[in-house]
Amino acid sequence: MNMLTDAAIENALDKTPAREAVKMRGSDVRVFYGEKQALFDVNLDIGENQVTALIGPSGCGKSTFLRCLNRMNDTIDICRVTGDITLDGEDIYNPRIDVVELRARVGMVFQKPNPFPKSIYENVAYGPRIHGLASAKNDMDAIVETSLQKAGLFNEVKDRLHEPGTGLSGGQQQRLCIARAIAVSPEVILMDEPCSALDPIATAKVEELIDELRENYTIVIVTHSMQQAARVSQRTAMFHLGNLVEVGPTDKMFTNPEDKRTQDYITGRFG
Amino acid sequence: MTGYLFLAILALSLVAFYVGRSTASRFVASHGAEVHSRPLYHGAFAAVWVGVPALILVVLWLLSQDGLIDRLILASLPASVTEGVSASRLSLYLSEIKNVASGRIFSEPSPEILAAAERYQRWQAIAGWAMVVVALAVSAIALYLARIRMAPKFRARQSFERALDIAMITSAVVAILVTIGIIVSLTYEALQFFRLVPPQEFFFGLNWEPQIAIREDQVAGTGAFGAVPVFTGTLLIAAIALVVAVPIGLLSALYLVEFASERFRGIVKPILEILAGVPTVVYGFFAVLTVAPAIREAGSLVGLSISPNSALAAGGVMGIMILPFISSLSDDALRAVPQSMRDGSFAMGATRAETITRVLLPAALPGIVGGVLLAASRAIGETMIVVMAAGLTATLTANPLDGVTTVTVQIVTLLIGDTSFDNPKTLSAFALGLVLFVSTLCLNVLALRIVRRYREKYE
Ligand SMILES: Nc1ncnc2c1ncn2[C@@H]1O[C@H](COP(=O)(O)OP(=O)(O)OP(=O)(O)O)[C@@H](O)[C@H]1O
Ligand SMILES: [Mg+2]
Repeated sequence: MNMLTDAAIENALDKTPAREAVKMRGSDVRVFYGEKQALFDVNLDIGENQVTALIGPSGCGKSTFLRCLNRMNDTIDICRVTGDITLDGEDIYNPRIDVVELRARVGMVFQKPNPFPKSIYENVAYGPRIHGLASAKNDMDAIVETSLQKAGLFNEVKDRLHEPGTGLSGGQQQRLCIARAIAVSPEVILMDEPCSALDPIATAKVEELIDELRENYTIVIVTHSMQQAARVSQRTAMFHLGNLVEVGPTDKMFTNPEDKRTQDYITGRFG
Repeated sequence: MTGYLFLAILALSLVAFYVGRSTASRFVASHGAEVHSRPLYHGAFAAVWVGVPALILVVLWLLSQDGLIDRLILASLPASVTEGVSASRLSLYLSEIKNVASGRIFSEPSPEILAAAERYQRWQAIAGWAMVVVALAVSAIALYLARIRMAPKFRARQSFERALDIAMITSAVVAILVTIGIIVSLTYEALQFFRLVPPQEFFFGLNWEPQIAIREDQVAGTGAFGAVPVFTGTLLIAAIALVVAVPIGLLSALYLVEFASERFRGIVKPILEILAGVPTVVYGFFAVLTVAPAIREAGSLVGLSISPNSALAAGGVMGIMILPFISSLSDDALRAVPQSMRDGSFAMGATRAETITRVLLPAALPGIVGGVLLAASRAIGETMIVVMAAGLTATLTANPLDGVTTVTVQIVTLLIGDTSFDNPKTLSAFALGLVLFVSTLCLNVLALRIVRRYREKYE
């Protein structure tokens, strides 16, 4: 509880803080791509077992912020991150932190489904293998099965586990990528526009899945669809030109936004 | 004259192209969107009609003209000359007639020959002009026919594309026919060889001493045609070359793709590719003058005596030679793996090494195997380095410090100097060639199957 009050004080914008405990917290996050600054002093809390939606017009820095949370920005040479980002109170940019372990705790699903060119089984087993989570074949089978089940894909693929994952439909591939991410039992799952390449039915399935996953995981989702943000998230953060404009409970953001820019964006006047 | 004719036909088809295009442009002007094909296709259609049949005709004409005139000339010789004369005598007459006709007179020709030469010249000229007239007439008729068919609704694009299809099929057939021709000629001569030397001696014999006498007065060995040492030598050298080239090539490709900065890569990649352009003779010098002595020195330090011609020197230098095939093709294959695969792996918490071994290499496997294969066939086919650095003696050994010889080197030495196609020495070259051909073919098929089996396709 203490932490919550702290959050409210520290984060001037965060007038209605998460009711749950804070899982991740970004304080004064600035990101530079070379000379160009992409994020300006972002302060944002991610509540535990909650879906946080990041919205905002294209190029405003949503993906950039998301990629800070599991240090995927490390793979871009020119990218520099300052400020503090914590996971369970621990600074993830601390040099002592093992980025391999961090990414096992903070998984990621990308905009375009990117299954490895391996079998469905091997795709899901990839994470557990590299992290040594299962020693016996039985254990691995169990992990693969439960992950696929949690991703709502098992019934569709149970007869073709050893066929290539790239042979699935787009929506199935995206759920396979979600299964792959949850196979290492992460605590947080980051999703960057996970439905933008999917049709409405596949989107509905993935949204349903996100809602179920909320029980066990903390989820941060970037989306361009206001309806999707409204449907799946509990909290919404609005970005604009690299600034965090407003953050609050989703229903309040969509019925009674405080910032003019949020209002304009939600009603479709720009972006 | 023939050259001018070809130029004329080309010029005509160019004219036809412009005629077709402007005709179609007029269609467009008068009929608008009703016109089926774009003017470009009408032009191409007319050009094909005018050019291709005439060209085919000229080629066929040229192929048959000489034989026909020869036959006619011989038939026109007076019976007093040809009566009871052998075929080879007749062909002598013929070449004399041709010599006289082209003004190369060596001895006083007989009046019959002189008359025939004159006739020959005249007929040649007639045939040449007839060809020009016929070809141009065919072009003109074709242009007329093409122009008649042209109409706003005419599907010129489909017709032109059909012509392209036929051209491509013809090219493919030509390539296949050449391959078949190679196989047939190799097989024929190899069968001649196996009539003289039993196959079991060739395939299982352990002695290779093919330098037997071809003429009576030559001093030479009695000969032995056991090809096993030649093939093991080839395998040994190719294996050494691959052992050198595959790890270096693959690792350098990995470094260039995954670790090196863009600038470093821009400098190093072209340098690596230069290696492929160095003439093999230069590699041979390098092997003989630098590598072989170095190996000898190193051997003598540890008390080994190494022959000056060693498989190690030849194979090692050959490895450097084939390095760029492997590094360049692996480089391309690795770069073709989408960034999203790397991101996906890193986001799972994989390290760089895990990403490379578990995602990148499997995804790039077909390209890498292709590069290794190309390199292997270069290694097997390489001759010059082996001649210079590994020697000519066929030794049955697995010791890389011995001198060995390879199939291609043996083929060269067998076909240098006196050859005679009823002697096993010469014919054995074809048997070697056939086996080489078949084994590289098997290698290719095997590699294709491996690739298909283990390939991991990405979008
Ligand atoms: N790898 C990069 N190198 C240089 N600049 C980058 C890079 N990635 C992003 N940027 C810049 O950072 C800014 C924010 O980009 P970001 O991808 O975070 O936007 P976004 O909000 O996710 O947009 P979208 O909704 O289109 O995905 C943009 O101006 C972009 O040009
Ligand atoms: Mg984005």
